[in-house]
Amino acid sequence: MSVLLDIRGVTRRYPRPRKRLFQEEAPLVAVDNVSVQIAQGRTLGIVGESGSGKSTLARMVMAFEAPDAGEVLFEGKNIHALTRRELQALRPEFQMIFQDPFGSLDPRRSVGWSVAQPLRAAGRTADPALIARTLEQVGLRAADVDRFPHQFSGGQRQRIAIARAIVTRPKLLVADEAVSALDVSVRAQILNLLMDLQEEMGLGILFISHDLAVVSSLCDDLLVLRNGVVVEQGSAAGILNAPGHEYTHTLLTAARLELQGEGAA
Amino acid sequence: MIEVQDLSVRFGEAEALRRISLTLTPGERLGLVGESGSGKSMLGLALMGMLPEQAAMSGRLTIDAHDLSGAADREWREMRARKVAMIFQEPMMALNPLRRVGDTVMEPLRLHLGLSKSDARRRALELFEETGIQDPEEKLRQYPHELSGGQRQRVLIALALACDPGILIADEPTTALDAHVALRITDLLTRLARDRGMMLVFISHDLAAVARTAETVAVMYGGEIVEMGPVGQVLSDPKHPYTKGLLHARPTITGGELRKRLPMIPGNVPALADLPPGCRFSGRCAVELPHCAGTRPAIHAVGGSRSCACHRVPEVMDGAME
Repeated sequence: MSVLLDIRGVTRRYPRPRKRLFQEEAPLVAVDNVSVQIAQGRTLGIVGESGSGKSTLARMVMAFEAPDAGEVLFEGKNIHALTRRELQALRPEFQMIFQDPFGSLDPRRSVGWSVAQPLRAAGRTADPALIARTLEQVGLRAADVDRFPHQFSGGQRQRIAIARAIVTRPKLLVADEAVSALDVSVRAQILNLLMDLQEEMGLGILFISHDLAVVSSLCDDLLVLRNGVVVEQGSAAGILNAPGHEYTHTLLTAARLELQGEGAA
Repeated sequence: MIEVQDLSVRFGEAEALRRISLTLTPGERLGLVGESGSGKSMLGLALMGMLPEQAAMSGRLTIDAHDLSGAADREWREMRARKVAMIFQEPMMALNPLRRVGDTVMEPLRLHLGLSKSDARRRALELFEETGIQDPEEKLRQYPHELSGGQRQRVLIALALACDPGILIADEPTTALDAHVALRITDLLTRLARDRGMMLVFISHDLAAVARTAETVAVMYGGEIVEMGPVGQVLSDPKHPYTKGLLHARPTITGGELRKRLPMIPGNVPALADLPPGCRFSGRCAVELPHCAGTRPAIHAVGGSRSCACHRVPEVMDGAME
């Protein structure tokens, strides 16, 4: 299987405000020398708590910000070395969905307009038939193009955000806490949808979450981050069966349904 | 002791809570679990006498033999000062950012218990120690923004415990916290309830957190308790189709079965006004019968102290539905 995304020794530092006038503070290392690959049609899960650097890593993969060291190769091309125009041409190939679909959809624009946005950004025409087909693909109706975000439930809004992300037929989908704000029953629907789309379109998925249970349900490989440093990485089955680090173990404990007392299985 | 009998809360036509009945004995830990719109927070507010003004409550609510159904604001204020305390999801929002946290915790001690300033300070220090706040002396002087999320939640727990309440209502207290911090907060709440003989109402959408914290669980859907019983029994052998669906829809970490499609509950949680008049879960239920949507299911006893509100309970009990 061909490597879709190759993250090589990526580091990102942020300067910290000075506490004293004549003394620089040591920078905060948000992501520290992370290397990982995603093959076509595979899912990589990145797990960590707040401040672990998982979202910073996602932003670098999306070329929203550049690493201080290391490189991100998308199909062999260093995305941070591209010109603006080259990046614009490549963007339809990798798309992102966020935690809060309400915040990422323009409330004054129709669903059809929002879903077509990545096409317009890439200078393509927004073919109504393609928009309609994409909405149906994520379990919405073609007639929903003329409705507005507030007319949908949280789960349906996340479907709209997914439609917008896949409308350009990308090869890579980056999902940052995409199901964290959803109810358990709705979350299962969205996770299944992502798995279906992956099968259908051969998507590579970078799936970021703080919840190990969610990650384990759809990921092939796993990367556990803590304070910007990789604590553990490898096949999801291997790590979940035998976590090699105490931190992974804590995350597992938090995610597991442990029954105690009378009647516990 | 808390006794709730046929408690309903209406907002005009919409019924936010429908015929809730439950009993809580001193030291008991009850988990209220459900998705958004299930009514779990509304029930928490009802137990605190803090329902919105437009809400019309009916039914009976007694706390320590005080009948509080239709109690006046003054009576509730007294209740909240001494007997019932509450903590919330976002501790930053519940603390005054301009006050040192020590002063915030000392306020009820001075106001309600009439302690002198130095006594209140000593008591606040003890409460900080009891809730596991490190360097309590120093923390008393700090402002909310100087503390981490977990420490802020501990400060709020200390504040809630200030007047030695018999009941602590915790509404999603761990949802905004990181996993390892959340584990310690649920441990703390469990220990406090046990050591103090305090009733704990733990409200959460997180089944794992409820399983760790509560002894009894009430599963809520559409403003009703659909199933209730000892947490281990309910979650290992659920009787209600909704509880079953919820448990199955939850990804489990088995290690062996990765990338498996999750069994889904179809549809969305309907808005309050759109709930079916009969069984609230009809329309999404896998074992629904034609009369379910129109007729309210009775609350059936299903062995031991367990109950389940479903028309199909008799068949479930016969094992005919497996």
